[in-house]
Amino acid sequence: MTSANIRKRNAYTKTVIAIVFAFVMLYPLIWMLSSSFKPQNLIFREMGLWPSTFTLENYVNGWRGISNISFAVFFKNSFIIVLFSILGNLLTCSMAAYAFARIRFKGRSFWFALMFASLLLPHHVVLIPQYLLFNSLDWVDTYMPLIAPKFLAHDAFFIFLMVQFIRGLPVELDQAAKVDGCGHAQIFARIILPLVIPALVTTTIFTFIWTWNDFFSQLIYISDPRKLTVALALRSFMDSMGQSSMGSLFAMSILSLIPIFAIFLFFQRWLIEGIATSGLKG
Amino acid sequence: MNRTAFRENISAYLFLSPWFIGLLVLSLGPMAVSLYLSMTDYTMLESPNWTGFENYQRMGSDPRFVTALKVTLTYVFLGVPLQLITAFSLALFMNRGMKGLSLFRAIYYIPSILGPSVAVAILWRQVFGYEGIINDFLTKFGLEPRSWVGDPSTALYTLILLLVWQFGSPMIIFLAGLRQIPAELYEAASIDGASVFSRFFRITLPSITPIILFNLIMQVINAFQAFTPAYIVGGGQGGAMDSTLFYTLYLYIKAFTEFRMGYASALAWVLLVICGVFVWLLFLSSRKWVHYES
Repeated sequence: MTSANIRKRNAYTKTVIAIVFAFVMLYPLIWMLSSSFKPQNLIFREMGLWPSTFTLENYVNGWRGISNISFAVFFKNSFIIVLFSILGNLLTCSMAAYAFARIRFKGRSFWFALMFASLLLPHHVVLIPQYLLFNSLDWVDTYMPLIAPKFLAHDAFFIFLMVQFIRGLPVELDQAAKVDGCGHAQIFARIILPLVIPALVTTTIFTFIWTWNDFFSQLIYISDPRKLTVALALRSFMDSMGQSSMGSLFAMSILSLIPIFAIFLFFQRWLIEGIATSGLKG
Repeated sequence: MNRTAFRENISAYLFLSPWFIGLLVLSLGPMAVSLYLSMTDYTMLESPNWTGFENYQRMGSDPRFVTALKVTLTYVFLGVPLQLITAFSLALFMNRGMKGLSLFRAIYYIPSILGPSVAVAILWRQVFGYEGIINDFLTKFGLEPRSWVGDPSTALYTLILLLVWQFGSPMIIFLAGLRQIPAELYEAASIDGASVFSRFFRITLPSITPIILFNLIMQVINAFQAFTPAYIVGGGQGGAMDSTLFYTLYLYIKAFTEFRMGYASALAWVLLVICGVFVWLLFLSSRKWVHYES
């Protein structure tokens, strides 16, 4: 056999192994998807992937939600929090990043080091005082504790990401603008921002995913049934129903994964590059 | 200071003002407050009384604290290495002669992106439950079904498996690192007649050590802070015989169901110190095993 043939056969074997592995890995997710279309009484009796009877009743029942509040409300709530989180991160992280990357000021390396150190700080150390602070502001059971930190550039990861990106842009651009009489506000808004759009997209995507998947902070701050997010609603749903409505729970779980999965489908190139170049955690 | 430098400083501080406020109000201030609270008996119902190191001393005789620490250390020190070994093996497997690399890379990334959600934690609870697909599979081979999440001897391992399952993002970082190893190194080695084995241990592994260090640090910090799966699988408690009582879950229970904010703050500082010590040890040891290009 020629070496070209061997290489071809190796590539073929590799592909087969990769497909089998992918299937085993995704099997639980596929099982949940298929179970969500099975009648409740068949979910645990018929474990195969293809539903012998296909039904949408789990989705219809599940969508009705908890104590007369439909899942539409929970989805709307989650989207509101995600939207404001994205806006906050884009605005304030890019501002901070511009200062770190493009302005020479006293104490820059000190503050930059502090910003970097805050990346490694476990959130739990500041959790309780933050809670007490938001409680004293009467913000518990509102979305403010979830959103306000994003408008204070609290997700330092994105500052770091954008600093790296801005540093890669030629300084001549700023200098030319300065000669033309532009101040920092104009250089930032007219020159730097349009050029860092890739970093802004990465920030948007990861803020979306992390906020959507967040459970801990939402659990601490939100308890009003009408204000629940999708993650919180799923948990309440799980607690209030037994095995007997597992179908609806599966159906709503699948729906809750769709927004992130859609982001994954449309932006996978950005996601993968974002991780590969900056080590963003998934 | 001349006028331009002064104006530059003003601009910088204006651009940084949201971040500065955040740093003060959300990070530095709270850190100081939580250090203070950790030395009080604060419960949110009464004003705090100074108790010195009592909270810290009490931990030693708090059986749930000891359990939480054991559970979390097992989770981190078993889960993270297994996850990274899986990630690295897959990266090596895909690095050369792989058709459809970007497709498989994307597929393997799916668990990382969906994994931290409540939905997947719910799924895990079912998959490893008494009526789950794992038992369905095992009974086909005549094995006894059991509730893997309900049995205290296996519950933690199902969560470790959930962590390993999310190997996608370190795998992507490993792949990017493997791509950066100069091809000349391998060419030179094959001219010298080096075996696959020695090429791996002399070239691939040393070149990738900075990335192993990076992934280790990120994943260790992540794993110490894991919360959602333990909360969901244990129904808001520590699971059967506290077998899945993660450290963060115990902290949550103390702070937000028992409202013992002083003790919980002390728990948080111990977590910070433990995380810090491990990251520091990793950095310290890295001088011995991480190769940086000279």
